[in-house]
Amino acid sequence: MLFAGQVGAAQLLNASYDVARGFYKDLNPAFIADWKKHGGADLSIDQSHGGSSKQARSVIDGLEADVVTMNNPLDIDAIAKAGLLPADWQKRLPNNSSPSWSAILFIVRKGNPKGIKDWDDLVKSGVQVIVPNPKTSGNGRYSYLAAWQYARSKTGGSDDTAIAFEKKLFGNVPVLDTGGRGATTTFAQRGIGDVLLTFENEVGLIRDEFGADKFEIVVPSLTVRADNPIALVDKVAAKKGTTPIAQAYLQFHYTKAAQEIFAKNGLRPIDAAVLKAHAADFPALNLFDVEQAFGGWSKAQADHFADGGSFDKIIANAHP
Amino acid sequence: MSSIAAPADAARRAPKRAIPGFGPTLGFTVFYLSVLVLIPLAGVFFRASGLGLEGLWNVLTGPRVLNALSLSFGAAFIAALINAVFGGVVAWVFVRYEFPGKRLLDAVIDLPFALPTAVAGIALTALYAPNGWIGELLTPLGIKVAYTRLGIIVALTFIGLPFVVRTVEPVLREVERDLEEAAATLGAMRWHTITRVILPAVLPALVTGFALSFARGVGEYGSVIFIAGNFPNVTEIAPLLITIKLDEYDYRGATAIAAAMLVISFVLLLVINLLQAWARRRA
Repeated sequence: MLFAGQVGAAQLLNASYDVARGFYKDLNPAFIADWKKHGGADLSIDQSHGGSSKQARSVIDGLEADVVTMNNPLDIDAIAKAGLLPADWQKRLPNNSSPSWSAILFIVRKGNPKGIKDWDDLVKSGVQVIVPNPKTSGNGRYSYLAAWQYARSKTGGSDDTAIAFEKKLFGNVPVLDTGGRGATTTFAQRGIGDVLLTFENEVGLIRDEFGADKFEIVVPSLTVRADNPIALVDKVAAKKGTTPIAQAYLQFHYTKAAQEIFAKNGLRPIDAAVLKAHAADFPALNLFDVEQAFGGWSKAQADHFADGGSFDKIIANAHP
Repeated sequence: MSSIAAPADAARRAPKRAIPGFGPTLGFTVFYLSVLVLIPLAGVFFRASGLGLEGLWNVLTGPRVLNALSLSFGAAFIAALINAVFGGVVAWVFVRYEFPGKRLLDAVIDLPFALPTAVAGIALTALYAPNGWIGELLTPLGIKVAYTRLGIIVALTFIGLPFVVRTVEPVLREVERDLEEAAATLGAMRWHTITRVILPAVLPALVTGFALSFARGVGEYGSVIFIAGNFPNVTEIAPLLITIKLDEYDYRGATAIAAAMLVISFVLLLVINLLQAWARRRA
C-alpha cells in the first residue's frame, strides 16, 4: 500500500475519443482549479485519445484509465462487459450519464455545387459521400442509423426501403475510413467527395483548421441525437485510490462552467439555459434518438453492425 | 537406456568441428526462437482455437474475409513480382556502372526500410489522390490509383523494393565477369549470356528478394490503409480487417484471420524456399 495518490500529486487518466481533444484541453484546467479552490490536493489529469472503440479496447486490455468519456454508450458497455464497471453505469449520473451531445450534420464544399439539401440528395448518382466505416466508428454508426431512420420514416418507407437506401448511399462512398478523423482528412485535405457526414462539433474544427470560407453546413430534415456518455472505471479507480477525485471530475461535467466549455467547443450542453445562450451556434434540429428508434444501442449493434448484420449485407453488393 | 545412449554416441562419433559449441548454440537458438517467435504465434492459434473448427471455418469462408485475404496475398504477389524485375535491374545498374550521384541514389534505396510506413502511406496518397501531383495527371486519362487496388500495389511495391535490391546486389557482385567474357568469346549471344550465365547465378538471390518483398507486403498495414480506400470486399486488406475485428471486440475472429494468414504465409515461404534450393542446385 503506497497511497501514491496522497503522497505525490494525484493523477487521473481520462480515456476519450478522438475529437474530444480540444474540449478536454479547456475542461481539465477548469476542473483542477475548481478542485483546488475547494480544498483538493494537487492533481494532474492525463488524456488518452483515439477512436472510441480502440480506446475502450485499451481500457479492457489494461490501460489504467480512471474515467472514460466516449461518443456512444456501446463502447462503455463493452468495458462493463469486461467487468471493469457495473452494467447499469448509465444510471449513475444525470441524463443517462451524458453531459453533452451532438448530432450528425452534412458539410459540403463552398457554394454547395451539387445542391445537397437532405438525405435524398446523398443517394443521387454522381454524388460522392464521405462517411467513416460504421463498424469501427461512432460517427459512422450514427450516420448509418440516421440514414436508415430517414428512409423508413418517409411515406411508404419500411426497413426494406431503408436497406435499398443504404445500398445506394454506400454505393456513393468512394473511401471508407475507419474513424471520423480519417474521413475529415479525406474530405477536407484530399478534396475527395461532395459531402461529409460528421458530428456537429467536428464541423467547427474543420472550419478552424481548413478555412471557414471553404465549407458550408447543411442541416438535414432529420438527424440523430448522439449522446456523449462518461463513466467511472470502478476497478481501476479503486485500485489507484482515485475514486473520489474521479467522481468529482465526472460530476464537474454537469456544472454551469463545464456546460459553457462544451458549448464553446461545439458540443451541445444538456443545460437548457446554456444551450439557449448559445442558440446562434446551434441551429434547431429535428431529432430522433437511438433508444426510441432502434430499441437501444445493443439492439442496434446486433441488428446492423455485428457480423452478418444489415451493414454486412449492404456492403456485400454496394461498392464504388 | 540404450535408446538414450545411442544418439549421444553418434554425436561423439560425429566429425570434429573446428569451433566447438554446437550443443549450447543450438539450444540457445531453439530457446530464442521459441520465446521470440513460436510462443507468441502459438498464442494466436490458442486464441483462435476458442472458436472451434466450425466457427473457424465460418469466419474464414465469409466473403469479406476471403476477399481481404485474396487481396492481401494477391497484391503482395504482384508487387513482389514487379520488385523482382525492376529491383533486379536497379541492382544491376548499381553493381555494373559508375555514375555521378550513385552514392546518393544508393542511400535512397534504403529509405523505404527506414521510413515509418504511415509516412510512406501519407506521402503516396498525397501524390496519387485525384488532387495530388501525379493523380492530377492520371485522372484525365481515366487512371485511378489512390483508393483502388492499384494504389495498394503501388504502396507495396514501394516498401518492398529495397528487399530485392539489397539481396541481389552482393550476389551480382560475385558473378565474375570472366565468365561473361568467356561466354562471349565462346560465341554466346548477349541474350544467351544473360539467360544462361548471369540469371542462373542470381536467381536464388532474386527468389529470396521476391520472398522477402512478398512477406513484407502481406503483413503491411501502415502505408496501405492510407491509400487503399478500405472498402469492404474491394480494397480492404486482411491486416485492416483484423484491426476492424478487434475494434468490434471480436478477438477470436481477429485471431482466426491472423492464424489463417500465418498458415498461408508459412506454406508459401516454404514453397519459395524449396524453389530457391532447387534454383541453387541448378546453378
